[in-house]
Amino acid sequence: MLQGKIFDIKRFAIHDGPGIRTTIFFKGCNMKCLWCHNPEGLDESNDIFYYEEKCIRCGDCITACPEDALVMNNKTMIDRKKCSTCGACVEVCPTESLTRAGRDVHLQALMDTIKRSKIFYETSGGGVTISGGEPLFHFDFVKELAKKCKEENIHVALDTAGHIQPKRFKKIMKYFDLFLYDLKIIDEDEHIKYTGVTNRYVIQNLEELSEQGRGGEVWIRFPMIPDITYTEANIEDMIGFLSDLNSIEDIYILPFHDVEEKYKKLGRPYSLSSIDIRAPTKREIKKMKDKFSKAGFRVHIGG
Amino acid sequence: MVEDLIVNGNEEIDLNEEMKKREAFISPINERIKKLRTDCVEKRVAISTERAELITEFYKQNEISRHPTSIQRALAFKHLMENVSLPIEDDQLIVGLRGTGIKEVPTYPEVCCHNEEDLEILDSREKNPYKNDKEDRKLYEKEIYSYWQRKTIREKIFNSMSQDWLDSYEAGIFTEFMEQRVPGHTAGGSRIFSKGLEDIIQEIDYAMKNIDTNDESKKKELESMKICAEAMITYAERYADKIEDVLKTEKNEKRKRELKKMCEICRRVPKKSPRTFWEALQHYWFIHVGIVTESNPWDSFNPGRLDQHLHPFYKTDMENGTLDREKAKELLEAFWLKFNSQPAPPKVGITAQESNTYNDFCKINIGGLNEDGSDAVNDLSYLILEVLNEMRTVQPNTAVLTSKKTPDNFLDRALEVVEPGFGEPPFFNHDEIIKILLRQGKSINDARTGGVSGCVETGSFGKECYILTGYFNLPKVLEVTLNNGLDPKTGKKIGISRDEPFKFEDFQDLYEAFIEQLNHFIKIKIKGNDTIERIYAENLPVPFLSLWIEDCVENALDYNRGGARYNTQYIQMVGLGTVTDSLVSLKHNVFEKERYGFEDVIEALSSDFKDREKMRQVFLNKTPKYGNDDDSADDIAVSIFDKCAEIVEDNPLTPIRKASRRIYGLPTTVHVYFGSVCGATPDGRLSGRPLSEGISPVQGMDRKGIGAVFCSVCKLDHKKSGGTLLNQKLSPDLIHNDESRKKLRDLIRGYFLMDAHHVQFNVVSAELLRKAQEDQEGFRNLMVRVAGYSDYFINLPKGLQEEIIKRTEHKDF
Repeated sequence: MLQGKIFDIKRFAIHDGPGIRTTIFFKGCNMKCLWCHNPEGLDESNDIFYYEEKCIRCGDCITACPEDALVMNNKTMIDRKKCSTCGACVEVCPTESLTRAGRDVHLQALMDTIKRSKIFYETSGGGVTISGGEPLFHFDFVKELAKKCKEENIHVALDTAGHIQPKRFKKIMKYFDLFLYDLKIIDEDEHIKYTGVTNRYVIQNLEELSEQGRGGEVWIRFPMIPDITYTEANIEDMIGFLSDLNSIEDIYILPFHDVEEKYKKLGRPYSLSSIDIRAPTKREIKKMKDKFSKAGFRVHIGG
Repeated sequence: MVEDLIVNGNEEIDLNEEMKKREAFISPINERIKKLRTDCVEKRVAISTERAELITEFYKQNEISRHPTSIQRALAFKHLMENVSLPIEDDQLIVGLRGTGIKEVPTYPEVCCHNEEDLEILDSREKNPYKNDKEDRKLYEKEIYSYWQRKTIREKIFNSMSQDWLDSYEAGIFTEFMEQRVPGHTAGGSRIFSKGLEDIIQEIDYAMKNIDTNDESKKKELESMKICAEAMITYAERYADKIEDVLKTEKNEKRKRELKKMCEICRRVPKKSPRTFWEALQHYWFIHVGIVTESNPWDSFNPGRLDQHLHPFYKTDMENGTLDREKAKELLEAFWLKFNSQPAPPKVGITAQESNTYNDFCKINIGGLNEDGSDAVNDLSYLILEVLNEMRTVQPNTAVLTSKKTPDNFLDRALEVVEPGFGEPPFFNHDEIIKILLRQGKSINDARTGGVSGCVETGSFGKECYILTGYFNLPKVLEVTLNNGLDPKTGKKIGISRDEPFKFEDFQDLYEAFIEQLNHFIKIKIKGNDTIERIYAENLPVPFLSLWIEDCVENALDYNRGGARYNTQYIQMVGLGTVTDSLVSLKHNVFEKERYGFEDVIEALSSDFKDREKMRQVFLNKTPKYGNDDDSADDIAVSIFDKCAEIVEDNPLTPIRKASRRIYGLPTTVHVYFGSVCGATPDGRLSGRPLSEGISPVQGMDRKGIGAVFCSVCKLDHKKSGGTLLNQKLSPDLIHNDESRKKLRDLIRGYFLMDAHHVQFNVVSAELLRKAQEDQEGFRNLMVRVAGYSDYFINLPKGLQEEIIKRTEHKDF
């Protein structure tokens, strides 16, 4: 039986495509964007979150840990190097101050959950959104999942950053009704600098969608981060690139907000904490919106 | 996740601004209504002694006792309608008020009589006082109380109850609805809007010819109805005369014309049936005042499907050119304020201290289906929504009836009214309401013309006497079960005891013990109900109300004696979420995972989890909870719900009214009181804290969003109840634009397709509520959804305020 690794299922999602949706977050990603707001989606291996404010310092987790990775020092301290993310601490924690991100799911169990909300997909024109991490990282599973949804007549959206060999992308694209397509930086060097990978595939795959006449089924999602993605040059490049493509009309601006807390709870270093980073102002968002609108796009904020 | 990105990350929401935004929605159509609204809203509530004086004076006459009760009651009504004062509010367009003026509330000493001490409590209590002065108190003590003492319905009830009943009542297993207010719980149907009293008198005369001439009782019933019909005509005539008096001194020409018109209307209705929109409103209102002066029925009285009833008049007047939309709205807003001018009658005794609201639960239904099954939304449905949006008063309440055929546009407009967050309007599934009524044996036409009154109570409007008899405390029954029949609070044995306590073989064994206990207490309650039904039938007929409910006249039988076409009796089940989570917790932690021993848990509960915080946290966090679409918890809720319905419905029809027995799932505010008598529960709830309300999950335990709550509660077979109440609290930024509002609409559509009954929304943040607790003055106008009604937040008792704050604030679906 096919298994996939996910870190969350969000039922009744309203920001991940049309209507009311079930969004599946797959674990593991092939980009390492410095601003990533779902850091628990980065690695394929499990992660342990620690919410200090919920902790009642009972110490049960310390005794439960088979690796001796935990100590109580006014709060639970996790030696992440020793931790095997087995989840023994999570199991005994009475307050859910320790939780685990990452679990294996069987395709059928996932479909059962998805089908529970079918009535709402129907009333709202919703469906399933396959997200991550990078869902295409789990190519075979995601393909089967999308196929199964089709069999059930459920609309499927793919939330992807597009970093996958075009040959493979071509094989899987027919299974999706909609693409929530992340586009971050057009300049290749800059892209490598902030995401760790080239954007060649990202660009080619988007071009392929457009060439196949599926531009209308693409929603561009643009994380707006001042001085990184939100620069004069990058905006010009974006407008230039997208205008050359056929029938791509919708752009979703996702204004950056700080997620340092989340990294702390995961015990992960947050690369942006050393950089002076800030959320865009309302005026900047408006300016950005106007620019894209002027270039003929339908612009949405958030979602 | 992605939505994390779009919260108002860099903007602080100013709570004062939010409050101002809410207040800006209050915008009556013109200056006149604005002024009337201010006068009405700001008027403090006071006791009006007039009715008590008149009725006492009437019953003190010696010759009264020679009449049978029905005639006595009719003559008492006549005496009232001939003598009550006739207030006319400056610039109002509709006349008639219960009491001596706006928010001057009469009492009903024949039902329950206030003494000096009761009145003092009412006068001085911090929340929702009823002002009265020393003279009033002296009057009550000397004239009223001294006469009614030992004669009231309330005393008759308590004196007739068994020891079992009294013990259970004192332990807080159930409450009794009829000890201070009389059966009512009903709404008008088309009869009210199509018949004048002359038509009704003709019906009475006709019925008189058709009854057995030897049937003295029926003859007297009909006579009493006729006396009431005539008394109401007199009341309207008196008003017409009074208006003529006012006219003599009125200087303003415009007002003079209005008064002349009002005078003409009072000469026409309710004697004859109404012909115009204005006449229809005045006609209804006279009847409404009559019904709530005759007695103090629960949920006041309701105009039912107002948009349907008024539409023919509206249409004709519009076509004639005698009415335009603006004038219709002005009249509706004036009409709206009449409801708000009549707060709930005050309680006596301990309940006077606890009683939580001025809301008298009048409910106006809009939308839904027509008698022929077609969509019933019309221009007036929209107009009434606009009125609701602009007026934002505590009363009347509304109900948006939704069917598969209801246009999206109507729901979208209704959700726009929800958005500024005062809890109105709630949404009801009309398709499901019809199925409920059909299951109970109503005809398809009588089902389709039905709706909801009070909080969420389904009824066949104008044709049914559906009586709520009291709330029933499910978690308390579990507490008694776990304590082997003892009430740990009083140490009294009130339930069934087993020889060997604490020896439950498995969960099933425990569950069956709980059901056994449930059966025991429901039996006690039902036995009490039958006695009380008899007390009302014998002592408190309501001949005037009987005129308006089909087929009381035809059957020559009073409303309280089974005259109505349909008769139903309800028990309202409370705390489904708490009792479910408690049983699930025992199943999961004691019997399945074996985390704790049974006796260990009982001990922790009896010490209110003292030094057992870890255990409590496991119960709270590591245990399946109802409301998250988790079958392992929801299945228990379903079986309890089914069992409640089964036990209650298995009883034979009631002895007098021949009513079928049913359950409701609504709490009003009793979940706070019921919580106060319950010790700690195995779901992790501390002793004395409120229970869950309606069929809602335990406050804060629905962690998977509204959609999951909807999926959970839809596992219950709502058709087996007469109505279920689901509260959901939304974060204000959740439905801030058209798109998200549409998604909420589609979510509701899905919920109703799964055969749910009702949902209502509070759009308010916990921060705002906390701020309101601190700075009361600035938040006087903050209205929130409590149960099946909305109220001013700062007027709520602290326990209830905290309970509302604790409800999960959904930031997402």
